[in-house]
Amino acid sequence: MKLRIINGRVIDPSQDLDATIDLFIDDHKVVGLGEVPDGFEEAEVIDAGGQWVLPGLVDVAVALREPGYTQKGNIATEGRAAISGGVTTLVCPPDTNPIVDTPAVAALIQDKADQAGMVNVFPIGALTQGLEGGHLSNMVALTDAGCVALSNHRRPMRNTLVLSRALEYAATHDLLVVFHPDESSLSEGGCAHEGMMSTIHGLAGIPETAETIALMRDLLLIEKTGVRAHFARLSCAKSVEMIADAQASGLPVTADVALHNLLLTDEVLNEFDGQFHVIPPLRGENDRLTLIEGIKQGAISAICSDHQPHEKMAKIAPFAATEPGMANVEILLPLALQLMDEGDLSLTDVLKTLTSGPASCFGLEAGSLKPGSFADFILFDSTQSWTWSDDVRRSKGHNSAFDGIELTGRVTQTYVSGQCIYSFSG
Amino acid sequence: MMRSDPRALQLNEHGQLKHFLTLDGLNKTILTEILDRADSFLSMGEQSVKKVPLLRGKTVVNLFFENSTRTRTTFELAAKRLSADVINLNIETSATSKGESLLDTLQNLEAMQSDMFVVRHSDSGAAHFIAEHCTPNVAIINAGDGRHAHPTQAMLDMLTIRRNKGQFEGLKVAIVGDILHSRVARSQIHALTTLGVEDVRLVGPKTLVPSYFADLGATICHDMSAGLDDVDVVVMLRLQKERMSGALLPSESEFYRLYGLTEEALSWAKPDAIVMHPGPINRGVEISSEVADSDRSVILDQVTNGIAVRMAVLSMSMSGQVQEQQGGLGVEA
Repeated sequence: MKLRIINGRVIDPSQDLDATIDLFIDDHKVVGLGEVPDGFEEAEVIDAGGQWVLPGLVDVAVALREPGYTQKGNIATEGRAAISGGVTTLVCPPDTNPIVDTPAVAALIQDKADQAGMVNVFPIGALTQGLEGGHLSNMVALTDAGCVALSNHRRPMRNTLVLSRALEYAATHDLLVVFHPDESSLSEGGCAHEGMMSTIHGLAGIPETAETIALMRDLLLIEKTGVRAHFARLSCAKSVEMIADAQASGLPVTADVALHNLLLTDEVLNEFDGQFHVIPPLRGENDRLTLIEGIKQGAISAICSDHQPHEKMAKIAPFAATEPGMANVEILLPLALQLMDEGDLSLTDVLKTLTSGPASCFGLEAGSLKPGSFADFILFDSTQSWTWSDDVRRSKGHNSAFDGIELTGRVTQTYVSGQCIYSFSG
Repeated sequence: MMRSDPRALQLNEHGQLKHFLTLDGLNKTILTEILDRADSFLSMGEQSVKKVPLLRGKTVVNLFFENSTRTRTTFELAAKRLSADVINLNIETSATSKGESLLDTLQNLEAMQSDMFVVRHSDSGAAHFIAEHCTPNVAIINAGDGRHAHPTQAMLDMLTIRRNKGQFEGLKVAIVGDILHSRVARSQIHALTTLGVEDVRLVGPKTLVPSYFADLGATICHDMSAGLDDVDVVVMLRLQKERMSGALLPSESEFYRLYGLTEEALSWAKPDAIVMHPGPINRGVEISSEVADSDRSVILDQVTNGIAVRMAVLSMSMSGQVQEQQGGLGVEA
């Protein structure tokens, strides 16, 4: 089917494009921008009516909770939540039950996503069997089954020797490893950033060194083994500097950050509200600003929602007893656009970290509208104001710290491979 | 996204207590009112008939998710002297530490139409949580939540200081020992700084006294002689046995050597300095028997004062709660 999208402001950071031009699609792919391609005769015209036309978003951290935790969410509900937020490609973590440490589980997740017919879902495989940190997983088989990377998630490795061996093995086969830098002996039992706020409120702290010590160790092992590496969910100012230094010295590492770590700090602990319980924790204002600076300077190339849906009861408890995580994939784009005011980021910076940035971290063919790319795109009404609440939520997760927030801008249509799979009806 | 300041959670629209969760955010007027009222109850305790009818017909539930004999007993006595009906519930949380059990327990107790919960829980913020999730006409009194706050303990300490020293302005106060894990110390710091004490010192090794406490207006001392130099009040904290086996401290004996309150250490303080301790004391670990039993020690006065302070807090919170309910009805009508 040949589509022509007219009257849209096409913004695509992957080709430094921001112009009101037509987009041409043929057979699932983008075939042209602006100029009508030779011999193109559209079967359908879509009038964007002045809305933004953007590459579909790429979110590298969406927990689908299936298999194993379907009281929190499932592939159908969280997939629908993602596409209504304009996410057309997502990467999901291996901490399901059973864990993604066999090709069967990886295949199951992708099959279910296909059946739901919604998004490009790429699991991360477990780096070790059962994420227990002791025995290497069948990394090549997992990759053949569709895993885009391997990770031990936030679970500790038995020791540095096992980690080193795992990285050597992954490097042998040129596999990407995702690190969640965390020295568990320092973070264990903690629920909030170690600082004045956690001290005053008597909440067990997670020191910055829990992240930076692990990060430095990981960087040294990456240098030694030559493995391709991505760092997930940076939360500290020092981590940004360490990643930037490593990149400057030629190490092939990339990094992402959760959106809530860019918008919030531990000031919110005043409320003892478990909705703000996230791991890694919300840290100080200097950390928040340095993370934003890391995006500007290019050390951090992806912003993710770190979508972790929970059932209601998981958050109804005293702060430390609540389960960590927020579920915000549906509002990823309008919330991220607040960074233009909150962090002085340009529109291009924000959009890049939600599209081509994360796609390149994971080597995904996504996040771009260059001719030849898959026709994954969204229409975004940048002027629509709306309130985020339980009434409009599609995710099963009831845990958004942003409930009640006024948002500007809304995804109105989501296309995957040229097919409209979501359309907002007021 | 943001709710109102949770510290406002404990005050009604007239600025009176309707819960008693933390001293953080309470002003000098309220703290002084608590002390004044406790003083009047103290003189009552010396009379043969010790009861007043301020809480007659009210049901007070002592809801202890953590064991405590002393605190529970003094709360029970305080409520009974105010003529309330009192129920004690000790709930072990080890089996189900998740919120379900806590919320379910609360809903059951609410259904029994209680008027006030006195709560002790091992999670910081538990009292706030309960105040937010209970029906609005139950007053919540924090009897200790995790490491966060123990406001009635801090207020009985303030009463003890005021009865011994007359006023707070110009006093120098040292708090010694395990500040990191102490909800008592956190509440004491708020109380002392609010009531006008400018020189509050926190004394102990770096493993037990995080530097962040300096932001609360306290001075941090790692040396006992500097910490106790010329102070009017020495507050010793209890050192939990389990802290001594880990990496926080090498041994009991080394702690006692460096931070134990011996007669020599007490000689660095003012000659009329008083010695306080929230109890129960570990003789020979944080305090020597000679000092604990000396006339400088006001540890047993603290217990007596504890009943009066709890009577004051219970009666004030109940009257603020009742006013709120009446005020609320008035607005609706």
